[in-house]
Amino acid sequence: MLETIFAWETITSAIRMATPLAYASLGGVFSERSGVVNIALEGIMLFGAFFAAVGTYFFKNPLIGLLFSIIAGSIVAFIHAVVSIKFRVNQIVSGTALNMLAVGGTTFLSRLIFKAAGSSPHIEGFVHIDIPVISKIPGIGLIFRDLSPLIILMIVLVFLSQYILYRTVFGLRIRAVGENPQAADTLGVNVYKYRYIGVLISGILGGIGGAFLSLEHARVFVENMTGGRGFIALAAMIFGNWNPIGSLGACLLFGLAEALRMRLEGVGIPTQFIQMIPYILTMLVLAGAVGKSTPPSADGVPYEKEEI
Amino acid sequence: MKNREFIENLILSIISPLISIFIALFFGGIIIYLLGHNPWETYREVINFSLGNPNGWGYVLFNTTSFILAGLAVAIGFKGGLFNIGAEGQILVGGLVSALAGLYIAPLFPPFLHLPITLVFSALGGAIWAFVPAILKARLGVHEVINTIMMNWIGYALTNYLVVNTFREKGVLYPLPQTDKLPPSAVLPKLYSIFQKIGINIPESNPVNYALVIATLMVIVTYYLLWKTKLGYEIRALGLNIHASENAGINVKNVILVTMLISGAIAGLASINDVLGYRYRYLDNFSHGLGFTGIAVALLGKNHPVGIIFSALLFGALNRMAIGMDVFTHIPREIISVLQAVIILTIVVSNEVLIRFLKKRRKVTYA
Repeated sequence: MLETIFAWETITSAIRMATPLAYASLGGVFSERSGVVNIALEGIMLFGAFFAAVGTYFFKNPLIGLLFSIIAGSIVAFIHAVVSIKFRVNQIVSGTALNMLAVGGTTFLSRLIFKAAGSSPHIEGFVHIDIPVISKIPGIGLIFRDLSPLIILMIVLVFLSQYILYRTVFGLRIRAVGENPQAADTLGVNVYKYRYIGVLISGILGGIGGAFLSLEHARVFVENMTGGRGFIALAAMIFGNWNPIGSLGACLLFGLAEALRMRLEGVGIPTQFIQMIPYILTMLVLAGAVGKSTPPSADGVPYEKEEI
Repeated sequence: MKNREFIENLILSIISPLISIFIALFFGGIIIYLLGHNPWETYREVINFSLGNPNGWGYVLFNTTSFILAGLAVAIGFKGGLFNIGAEGQILVGGLVSALAGLYIAPLFPPFLHLPITLVFSALGGAIWAFVPAILKARLGVHEVINTIMMNWIGYALTNYLVVNTFREKGVLYPLPQTDKLPPSAVLPKLYSIFQKIGINIPESNPVNYALVIATLMVIVTYYLLWKTKLGYEIRALGLNIHASENAGINVKNVILVTMLISGAIAGLASINDVLGYRYRYLDNFSHGLGFTGIAVALLGKNHPVGIIFSALLFGALNRMAIGMDVFTHIPREIISVLQAVIILTIVVSNEVLIRFLKKRRKVTYA
């Protein structure tokens, strides 16, 4: 049992499992840094997973699938943004409604489009890549072999986001409207605009995260296939203290848990208990993060421009 | 002036639900049209199917029963400023605990206690499942949203394990993932005979049962709890302003804990309509999103027990209509969860728009 756990394969599978979480988590960072809580990420991922499958199935091209998932994710995020920024509705309520819409909508559409209950036909994902030279190293090289381009893109985006958020004017503004919207407004920053951008970025990234699940992981869309990953990603974001690299670290932890979960299947522990591992870990991580991580001050608080 | 405000509030609490229902039905009509059916005809057909005969009424009331309880559970949380998105898991655990109590604990007691035992255990199961997020929120301040969702998934896996491996029905060739049948002394009788006595001819096969009476009682109990007791006052205070409540000497941690447990207990009770009143056993994952519908019911009912009766009736009818739609047009019945989400979104938005409109008007008239 121990040999199956302590293997390079476990690490590659951990990275693979962490990828969809990392996309969603990074999306959460942008949204919440701008001051909008986005629990709709679960639904965004589910829509992303579904439309990636639809696009790939009908156009036989995973790039079109990816594009579909980005558009779907952005639309859901846009609804969340309008409802919670323009109409200042409670963001949890809006997110919950969108999650319900995602579960019902994808099931409804998948029964209509694929004419079968439960799942879509098999779809082809992206061509996988070996990183030259390092993938030839025995042992550790395995991590760099047979990589989905989406994994590489994820790593690039995480570091790019870290740079954007902390080293550019744009990033400063995103953080400012989530930290102290009044002050930002006084300085002439358009609070609404940056919040819309923050939420839309979360929609794009959440959509890609979902696409990874159907395109790269399962190669099929299964009803309700996100299984709470949007929420797990949010927990990772909190544990990672609302910053991109920290969130990636937390996602790798969850990815490792999922990898172990898969390795443990078939050693005699009932599958239902193995399935619980990521959920229990999420609760433990959240409890552990209390007091150690600080949310942006205006996170979840709708901003109302004062009327003169 | 006060009178006027009252009327304005009344209009607000009636108009915005009406707007949202209208938008949802309109949206549904578009979907029906796009799928090649005549929306007008389809609606007429399914309304006739669900509301045009006593059997349909019975089914609507049967659906309503669960929705009232699930709605009350979520609403109590909302009143206290807590998001119990975990009602789904609490319903599953409550239902299983109740069925197991009926099978293994009740036989140790005289028959007249069997039903009270199954009822109490359903609430107990729900409360137990709410306990972990409740204590984490009250003691450590961990937000309940993610934790209640995680408890849903854990609850789903746990009940699935127990009903598949440990308590699966015995003595049949092809056992389903469900428990043995409960003894008649531990379940809720059907209501058709009473309806038949007053001239409403609901057939014997109709599932509407005494859980409806319990749900109605719970509406009264919830109203009394929230508006006539000290605890209810504290719950509402907490929902309005947590810091002010703390300054006013309310033990915020305890109230959070108790509110969440009550919410979980009522969610657990929401299982009785199916487990004790219909199947007479626990079937794996019987709830099918009931806990989430509870959120829609609570929001549409403005978190008020009386409002919840109406919104539960509406969702009860919509659910029946969705089944009719599936039968007549083969449009998948999941259309109902799409419409539910549309209703939630439109009601919160139309509330906000109407409040802004009223505010502006007040400013104009009083300036």
